[in-house]
Amino acid sequence: MKRTEPFEMYQPTSLKEASRLLKEKGPGGRFLAGGTDLVIAMKEKGLVPKYVVDLKRLPGLTGIHENKDGRITIGALTTMREIETSPVLTKKYPFLCQSAAEVGSIQIRNRATVGGNMSNATPSADVAPSLIALQAKTTIASAAGERTVALEEFFRGPGQNVMSTDEILTEVTIPKTSSRLVGEYIKFSPREMMDLAYVGVAVVYTLGEKEKTCEAVHIVLGAVAPTPIRAKKAEDALEGQILSEALAEKVGALAAEEAKPISDVRSSAEYRRAMVGAMTKRALLNAAVGPAKSWVERRDRRY
Amino acid sequence: MNQKIQFTLNGKSTTMEAPTHRLLLDLLRDEIGLTGTKEGCGTGDCGACTVLMNGKPVNSCLVLSGELEGASIVTIEGLKIGPELDAVQNAFVRDGGAQCGYCTPGMLMMSKALLDENSNPTEDDIRFALSGNLCRCTGYAKIIQAVQDAAAMIRSKNVQ
Repeated sequence: MKRTEPFEMYQPTSLKEASRLLKEKGPGGRFLAGGTDLVIAMKEKGLVPKYVVDLKRLPGLTGIHENKDGRITIGALTTMREIETSPVLTKKYPFLCQSAAEVGSIQIRNRATVGGNMSNATPSADVAPSLIALQAKTTIASAAGERTVALEEFFRGPGQNVMSTDEILTEVTIPKTSSRLVGEYIKFSPREMMDLAYVGVAVVYTLGEKEKTCEAVHIVLGAVAPTPIRAKKAEDALEGQILSEALAEKVGALAAEEAKPISDVRSSAEYRRAMVGAMTKRALLNAAVGPAKSWVERRDRRY
Repeated sequence: MNQKIQFTLNGKSTTMEAPTHRLLLDLLRDEIGLTGTKEGCGTGDCGACTVLMNGKPVNSCLVLSGELEGASIVTIEGLKIGPELDAVQNAFVRDGGAQCGYCTPGMLMMSKALLDENSNPTEDDIRFALSGNLCRCTGYAKIIQAVQDAAAMIRSKNVQ
């Protein structure tokens, strides 16, 4: 395997210092968080950044915090493994932990960060569909101040996001949700976590108080469009309805119609589309049953 | 760009100069001479280069020297304490958990990390933990057996 070419590396200890650095050095730099995308790009694709800014010494970008008002903030440098094993998230959003557990090996998940994964904007990023389905927001900081962008609006295409070169993603916030919220994420890939998703499907809905109607339905598809996308026709078809297997099938078919998959080395577009239908149906039904107790149970009810 | 870095390596405080872009894997093998850590794929898929960084298993082929300041690194050479092999090493030796041996350092470090957190793993827990470690000899059955035996050794030691 090729080695990285030499580059200048900076390790600012405040956002102010970081933005001053970016201004001074100009375009062509890259941020370093966990390095599981950047270092591989440097080794495998020969990427030589003009300079690298390591974000890991910036204060306040780590950890998962449950706020008094019910919001949960996840610092951009929080690792996938921290999300996977977080007691707070496991209790409230087990499907989010599950989507983090789908990212590479434990070794990778100990390094890969949620901020890096979002900023890198890979269409198949596993936690993006779950976070979008939870209506998560991103906080983006620069010398000019902070702004908030819904994660749904954050992605612009493969490797593209709404941030300009002097902006840093600092945290992801999940708004307060109902205690009757359920969800599921299914990654469809032949080698489970060690391969990229052919198709990723996150579903989130809130069960009605009396009747078990599905409310505030969110269905988000990964790896089947240039960015993660919501399947809005499918959501509408389920909104206010009581879930049945027949309805899940119909909603799945609508989601499949809304997907815009491509054919590549992993799979044909037709196959991906068919799998969107099957996985959406399965995710909706799984969410109603509750989270799987182990990864084996999850795998076995999936295939 | 050279940088002075100070970190703990196998329990010893270490200060050295290294280019920030040098991979931890290369730093260990070529500069420090600890060649127990192996390079397999170089892209974080095979786990042969696994070391513990601040107690957590990571792929040393993806860590840059510039990120090491203040970190604690444990390599396969640091697993043995004095003349005593670690429980996972003992079990791999006894159960034939190594064939060609190339994946073994990574397997041992990952198994060590698993058993540090959970000394009573199920077979599924072990398979889950080792899913980022490939053995091209396909010696998985004996590897899993060895981790189970190591876990049993640790538990009986804890009881004593």
